[in-house]
Order: sequence, then structure tokens, then C-alpha cells
Amino acid sequence: MIKIKLINYISVLAVPLAILIIISFGMKEKKNVFDLFLNGAKKGLEITITIFPTLIGLFFSIGLLNNSGIIDYITKLIEPILSFVRFPKEILPLALLRPISGSASLAIATDIIKNNGVDSIIGLIASVIMGSTETTLYTITVYCSCLKIKNTRKIIIPAILADITGIIVSILICNIIFA
Amino acid sequence: MLNILWPLFIILSILFSIISGNVENINKAITTSTESAITLTLTLIGSTCLWSGIMEIASNTKIIDILNNFLKKIIKKVFSNINKNAQNKIIMNIIANILGLGNAATPLGLQAMEELQKDNIKKDKLSDNMMMLIVLNTASLQIIPTTVISIRTALNSEEPTKIIFPVWISTICSLIVGIMITKLFIKVDKN
Repeated sequence: MIKIKLINYISVLAVPLAILIIISFGMKEKKNVFDLFLNGAKKGLEITITIFPTLIGLFFSIGLLNNSGIIDYITKLIEPILSFVRFPKEILPLALLRPISGSASLAIATDIIKNNGVDSIIGLIASVIMGSTETTLYTITVYCSCLKIKNTRKIIIPAILADITGIIVSILICNIIFA
Repeated sequence: MLNILWPLFIILSILFSIISGNVENINKAITTSTESAITLTLTLIGSTCLWSGIMEIASNTKIIDILNNFLKKIIKKVFSNINKNAQNKIIMNIIANILGLGNAATPLGLQAMEELQKDNIKKDKLSDNMMMLIVLNTASLQIIPTTVISIRTALNSEEPTKIIFPVWISTICSLIVGIMITKLFIKVDKN
């Protein structure tokens, strides 16, 4: 219990402490902190506006994908292969959606954790996958579109392979530690 | 990449929904998807501006030098021939990721991309350093996975934080694989 409280306390403290340290350093070095803040905030605004069309496009196609039922269909299609290598089938929809959609994978992970029990092995695997992977497609798209990059040099392949590694390691490590 | 994936997702989804008699859901998705993009952007604008501002202060103080000392060995291993401005932005981006400040990490990462673009010869092609920066950002570098922990707490887990150590192992493994394969891609591309 003490350990949980400590970790919770650290995670609550991290952000305010970071802000406190940054502002204090600025004051100590006699910088015009508010002017600097405004400069940065303006850059932030420009960036958000730059990536807005990308977001609309991405959310549109991912929204169609999530609502078409095609993910369920693919899950059923490759299930036999994966059960052969003892990949837990409850995790599969999460594994398929995780790199593509942040909101959909969060919803699916919550569902998996709820249905299988929060401290069950499947619930733990789903939690570890959510904690250790990112929405890869979103990141690549936003980073490339802000510079109008056309040639991405197949960056999606190493990124997806890293995701697959993360998912497999999550399953293995949970089976080793928690089983 | 998106010029292939984007239409592919749309065509497959619409065709599949017609075949499986699921067209209502697609109609719903068309309207709600723009709404959720707007909701996300509105949420993002506030926190992105706030964190870009805070991080701008940090990059103009000695904090950046302190962090630089911590991270320069790793930066040298992962990136090659990188200018000072880009390096500073990358360091801030990594720190924001580690602290779990996703909304600060993205604008810093994009500013780092802009700095890297200055040294990029072919402006419409990713440079080696840009590829590395993207791979670092597709790995989830944060020390405490706050979102999952809050979900686990909400679902009454006996020990919501039990997953932290496995998450670290998994992140490190995927990060190493990502970096190594990206290095390999860069090498193959050069030959």
C-alpha cells in the first residue's frame, strides 16, 4: 500500500514540480519569463492549427475503419493462426487497433480489462500493452505532414515492428511475472 | 504512405459495410469523426500552448544544459551530425515524453523536425535524424503510465501500479528494436 501511495504521489507531483523548477530557473537567471512563455505559446498555437487538417483526415478514415466492423472480421480471420502460436485471442483486437487509433484502443483495452478482470493475466497484458506502446500511425502522420514530407522512407515498417515487439514482450513478461 | 493507407482504409471500410449490411454505422462515423477531431483540437490548443510556453522558458535557462549533460551520450549514439538548436528541442521532447507530458512532447517534437529540416538536403524526404526522432516518439517513453494506472484504479484493481515494471521492460525492448531496424533501413537506403 505504501508503495502504491508513493508512486501515486510521485505521479501527482511530477507536473507541478516540473513547472516550479522551470519558472524558478527563469527567475533566477533574470529572464523575461512571461515574454518567453508568450513566444512559446504562440508557436504551440501555430502547430495545432498546422496539424488540424491532418487530424480531420485521420479521424475520418480511422472512424470509418472502426465502425465498419472490418476489424472484428480480420480478428476472426487470423484467430486460428494466432491460437496456434498461443497468442491470447482476447488481446488480438487491441493489438490490431493500438498502432492505428488511440481512442479506439483505449476503449477496447478498458473493455478487455473489465471483462477479464482487472488483475487477471489478460487484464494485466492489456494494461501493459497500453502503457508501453503509442498510436504509431498518428505520430508518423503528424510528424511528416507538418513538414510536407512526401518520401517517408518506409518509416512505418520499423515503427510497426517496434510495436509488435512491444506487444509480444508484454505478453511474455506478464506470463513470466504474474502467472 | 498516407496517400496509400488513407484511401485504402476508406474504400475497404465502405465496401465492407455495404457487403455486411452495416451502412448506418458508416454514416454515423462520417459525422462523428469530424466532431471528435474538433473536440481533440480544442482540448489540444489549450494544453499545447501552455506547455509550449513553459518549455520555451526551460529552453532559455540552464535547465537545458543540465539535461544536455544527462542525455548527450544517448543523443550522440542515436542521431548523427545534429545542430545545437535541433539537439535542444530533441532533448526537451524526450524529457516531455518521459514525464508523460504528451501535449508538450508533440509541439517540441515538431519544432525539432523544423530544426532538422534546415539541415535536410531533400526537403520532401525524411532525413536520417528525422527518422530516428519519429521512432523515439512512436515508442512510449513515459516513466509512469498514468492513463492505464487511472483506468486500473477506476476498475478497483488490487494493485493498479503492478504493471509499471513490465511496462518499462516492454518499452525498452520495443525501443531497441525500433532504433536498430531504423538504423538498418538508413544503411540499406544509402547503399
